[in-house]
Amino acid sequence: MKYSYFPGCSLKGLGRAYEESLLPVMKHLGVDLQELDDWNCCGATAYMSVDEAKACVLASRNLALAERDGNHPILAPCSACYLVLNKTKHYLHQYPKMKATVDRALNAVGMKCEKDVPVRHPLDVLINDIGLDAIKMKVTKPLQGLKVAPYYGCQIVRPYATFDDQANPTTMDRLLEALGATVIRWPLKTKCCGGSLTGTIPEAGIRMVYILLNEAKKRGADCLATVCPLCQFNLDGYHSAVRRQYGDVLLPTVYFSQLMGLAFGLPDRDLALNRAAIPFRWRPSSPPPAPAKPPAAKSVAA
Amino acid sequence: MNITRTIKYEADRVKGFGDEVMKVPGCEKLKDCIQCGTCSGVCPLSVYMDYTPRQVMELTRFDFKKEVLSSKTIWLCASCYACTCECPREIRITDIMYELKQRAIHEGVYPRKFPIPVLAQEFEKMVTANGRISEMPLVMKLFMKTDPLGAMGNWQMGLDLMKTGRFSLASEKINNREQLAKMFAAAEEKA
Amino acid sequence: MNSNREELRIGFYVCHCGHNIAATVDCAEVARYVGTLPHVALSREYKYMCSDPGQELIQQDIREHKLNRVVVASCSPLLHEHTFRGATEAGGLNPFYFHMVNIREHNSWVHTDRKEATEKAKALAQAAIERVAHHKALEVKRVKIHADVLVVGGGIAGIHAAMTMANAGKKVYLVEREPTIGGHMAKFDKTFPTLDCAACILTPKMSEVGNHPNITLWTYSEVTKVDGYVGNYKVTVKHKPRYIVEDACVGCMECIDACVYKTPKFEDEFNEGLGKRKPVFIPFPQATPQVVIIDPETCLNLKTGKCKKTCVEACADRMAIDFTQQETFDEIEVGTMIVATGFKTFDAKRVPAYGYGVYPNVYTALEVERLVNASGPTGGEVITRDGRHPKSIGIIHCVGSRDKKTNVWCSRVCCMYSMKLALLLKEHTGAEIYNFYIDIRTPGKGYEEFYNKLLDEGVHFIRGRVGEVTDWAMTPEEEGKLTIRVEDTLAGYVRRIPVDMVVLATGLEPQQDAQDVRRLFNLSCGGEGWFLERHPKLAPVSTFTDGIFIAGGCQGPRDIPDTVAQAGAAAAECLALIDKGYVEQEPNTAFVLAEECSGCKSCIPLCPYTAIAFDESSKVAVINEALCKGCGTCVASCPSGSIVQNLFEDDEVFSEIKGVLAYD
Ligand SMILES: Cc1cc2nc3c(=O)[nH]c(=O)nc-3n(C[C@H](O)[C@H](O)[C@H](O)COP(=O)(O)OP(=O)(O)OC[C@H]3O[C@@H](n4cnc5c(N)ncnc54)[C@H](O)[C@@H]3O)c2cc1C
Ligand code: SF4
Ligand code: SF4
Ligand code: SF4
Ligand code: SF4
Ligand code: SF4
Ligand code: SF4
Repeated sequence: MKYSYFPGCSLKGLGRAYEESLLPVMKHLGVDLQELDDWNCCGATAYMSVDEAKACVLASRNLALAERDGNHPILAPCSACYLVLNKTKHYLHQYPKMKATVDRALNAVGMKCEKDVPVRHPLDVLINDIGLDAIKMKVTKPLQGLKVAPYYGCQIVRPYATFDDQANPTTMDRLLEALGATVIRWPLKTKCCGGSLTGTIPEAGIRMVYILLNEAKKRGADCLATVCPLCQFNLDGYHSAVRRQYGDVLLPTVYFSQLMGLAFGLPDRDLALNRAAIPFRWRPSSPPPAPAKPPAAKSVAA
Repeated sequence: MNITRTIKYEADRVKGFGDEVMKVPGCEKLKDCIQCGTCSGVCPLSVYMDYTPRQVMELTRFDFKKEVLSSKTIWLCASCYACTCECPREIRITDIMYELKQRAIHEGVYPRKFPIPVLAQEFEKMVTANGRISEMPLVMKLFMKTDPLGAMGNWQMGLDLMKTGRFSLASEKINNREQLAKMFAAAEEKA
Repeated sequence: MNSNREELRIGFYVCHCGHNIAATVDCAEVARYVGTLPHVALSREYKYMCSDPGQELIQQDIREHKLNRVVVASCSPLLHEHTFRGATEAGGLNPFYFHMVNIREHNSWVHTDRKEATEKAKALAQAAIERVAHHKALEVKRVKIHADVLVVGGGIAGIHAAMTMANAGKKVYLVEREPTIGGHMAKFDKTFPTLDCAACILTPKMSEVGNHPNITLWTYSEVTKVDGYVGNYKVTVKHKPRYIVEDACVGCMECIDACVYKTPKFEDEFNEGLGKRKPVFIPFPQATPQVVIIDPETCLNLKTGKCKKTCVEACADRMAIDFTQQETFDEIEVGTMIVATGFKTFDAKRVPAYGYGVYPNVYTALEVERLVNASGPTGGEVITRDGRHPKSIGIIHCVGSRDKKTNVWCSRVCCMYSMKLALLLKEHTGAEIYNFYIDIRTPGKGYEEFYNKLLDEGVHFIRGRVGEVTDWAMTPEEEGKLTIRVEDTLAGYVRRIPVDMVVLATGLEPQQDAQDVRRLFNLSCGGEGWFLERHPKLAPVSTFTDGIFIAGGCQGPRDIPDTVAQAGAAAAECLALIDKGYVEQEPNTAFVLAEECSGCKSCIPLCPYTAIAFDESSKVAVINEALCKGCGTCVASCPSGSIVQNLFEDDEVFSEIKGVLAYD
């Protein structure tokens, strides 16, 4: 199976650990990823806020590129890219006026966007194309005893995802279980991480990060697993800000792909584990980490 | 004590505003809103908003343009789509928020010194010019424009990023920027 | 054309229907125009043709002007065809020399342009004039009505209907698929708004049904086949084996005590799974009939064939237990039927945000009905699944209702039952109670007063549809509780309210098998799956199949008072038919021209009413007039054109078309 890999800006920047771990893992599973030539930014939430029509034009260039280069399904690991590309497809279907604008723009440069190229998330591909059985076969160092809180964030299941339940997604849960980890059940797995509010309105953003970390920790998680570079950045990068306001809630946040690499026995240096501010260490040979001391359940009033 | 009159007269409405918004793709169903408050109930940011999402829906429908476009609410919306998924009338609240943001920028009525619209515009400029985002330069620009001192407060994070090899001031660009520019130009032509 | 056309004398009448027609159609112009058409002896306009003077006018004109055809342009034939045929007959003509034109529903109500509406009315009138010339005298057939009645579903609707008719001396079959009658009402503790005890008002009726000499009660039974037509239905009823000889069982329940399972072990359906029962059980103490049942899914003997059968020992010489029972069937003949199969409640798991099935202390309303019931699984003690006596309770309205993602309709009873449960829970626990609502709907006698009473009692009402129920705590007082996050839309704040127990006011939906039942009884359904009444206002318990009526929750959400009123109405409709003794059949039936039928049999499988049979001796198709509904399918399908339908003969239809086209 061949895919057009669409990294998006983040996976080349702040979220490079995601790419650095995803690519070797996919390769290990025999998946053929070909980076989309000269791809451009998906537009994310910010572009939509300024000009929706241009945002659609921007995103559709990527769809057209994929169509031109063999029409393989697009693999979009970043949640924002995944959502925006799907949303654009949805708009092109539903709103003829939007389609006309986009067609005009693509026409001007001799491209088109007709073939309805699928936009897929790695979780979707892993569960539905590759399958848990094939993944289990590759596990050489099961994550026995590691307690992981799966964190899906908002944009991969809402509102366009078709591969998982939007209220209670389970694909990552199943994947982590296949890797041998213990999955923590918690009600916040699709709650928003704050997005860019961590930087723009810290009063709101930092508190959202704190709530997620605190709750996962309260329920005994050793780490959070994410599917999105922005979630990872927020949950990992703002620990110092969280500490200043609420006290310490130290909890590493890793990409699910990094956990897969560990379970597959890939060398640490191939998994970019050193890119996180809060380091995550896991040695399957060593006894499972002492259960995180039940943290004094600290509560904050709203 | 400072007392203000809060009554709304018909003259306070910008008649037609609500209808215009409801004509935009994705925003049509706003007409069906029953003011149940589910959107506010699920919204993770509603606790910071000056108007709850439900109130924004009602104000929009009833043409209170000034109130919604200058509200903080539309900029606090993080586009998490929780409201859109839960609304019992299948109203695409997130898309309506996007529409209101665009109008606020267009009319220049967003709250001054409020970083989010500034970020959105800087983002748009950068992508329009380069085709890609260079995260660090974008963040720096934002801080310069809104909160120069705030940038100092985040030194710890900057340090972390440097230590983990994620701090880069390089400017990311696509090769075929000309093509993108042509596309935007063509999109803006009248059909 | 035909020779007697010379003698044709058509009377034409256009009705104003007050302003309904006259406001949009220029009636004087229509009358003038039709008056110029050939064979029209007289053309009039009149304010209300259906009034007595209007009908009188037709009769008088027939006599004085020697009319032999009548056309009225007015409302829908559904409403007044009968009236005008009557007037035509009273004037001395065969009623089928009358024809009706609809210029209200098909014209004035749907158009705004007066000029164009008037032109349309003229065209339609001209078509009718052309058509009526070809009408023939027809005879109305009478079919005798069998006096026995079948009632399907033994909820309060079925019980009330059956009793009403049995008391009027009719023989009634009551078929219920559960082991006992009673339906949903049997599960309630109290009923709103008067809070009378449900058992006290229901169980006497149930046992009356069980003992009534005119009622044959078949529980644990289902209708599997319906044949025939109004007045003469043949119905097959399947009896599922309950492994108990009903006539021999005295309801002593000694077998239950004696069962090898010493303690109840299996989920008790009647108590919504909150309690346990044994393989041999009785759903509740006042079950009717008062006989036990053995569940083959859990009984050791029926599952494995290996059991000491201590139940049989205990039953001893009453010999009521019979493990050899098989399904049996009965075939009965009835003239009329009432379908009262009720509703089911919405599956709360379909709204994941409210945590039903995830958090043990989230309950459905029906579960709470059992929990507050003195004969329920806890004897009326309100104690949660994790053993708490709740100090605060949140009741969430509209669960599954008024939501495009699930059911769009308002379930109508849940505002009231939520308030009932609020009051009962308050009485039982003294807890703080919060109702979360979008709108409070109390449109019934004494209902708004009930709402007031709750406000007086200090029950809290928060206007807002709940966003989520979660066990994630933000503040110390939320620890260990369920927290409800909601916008208090009247205060304009988002609030988090911790509670010990959450009650979901799940809505009402059509039964799982509503579509099967619909097909079985040839009923119609609206898009949502509720059984459709013939007319929402004027024929609210009739269906599109003559002789079959509907009542209660199978038609849409309704409370007990409305259900009982409807059941009474359905019973009255049956009684009216039975006492009349016959039904008249519209003579618009089809018949086969035997000499032209090629015997190809193509029509036979097409008839939706299985009215066509093949006569082997003469090798032609034959239509049973009593079964034919006049749908016309066979007429259109016959390759040799040998089927003709009364009132829709070729020259009638073609001349009508010609009439419309002739107008310009
Ligand atoms: C939680 C709750 C509380 C309520 N509280 C009140 C209240 O306090 N006051 C009030 O006025 N109303 C109340 N209602 C409404 C009330 O339940 C209904 O008005 C009433 O039950 C309708 O009666 P029914 O006979 O039409 O339907 P049901 O009670 O549903 O009875 C239908 C019967 O038909 C049987 N059946 C179904 N299909 C078949 C079949 N194919 N063949 C044979 N039998 C079949 C069923 O087993 C059942 O016995 C409440 C409803 C709910 C959900
Ligand atoms: S959830 Fe939907 S219907 Fe309810 S207030 Fe919000 S927009 Fe209106
Ligand atoms: S999309 Fe915006 S308004 Fe809707 S729930 Fe998320 S943050 Fe709130
Ligand atoms: S089956 Fe026998 S023992 Fe059981 S209740 Fe009936 S009569 Fe009594
Ligand atoms: S056969 Fe056995 S298990 Fe079944 S009801 Fe009798 S005693 Fe109980
Ligand atoms: S009756 Fe009340 S609770 Fe039930 S659906 Fe209607 S408004 Fe909601
Ligand atoms: S007209 Fe319709 S109902 Fe009558 S015999 Fe023909 S197909 Fe059957």
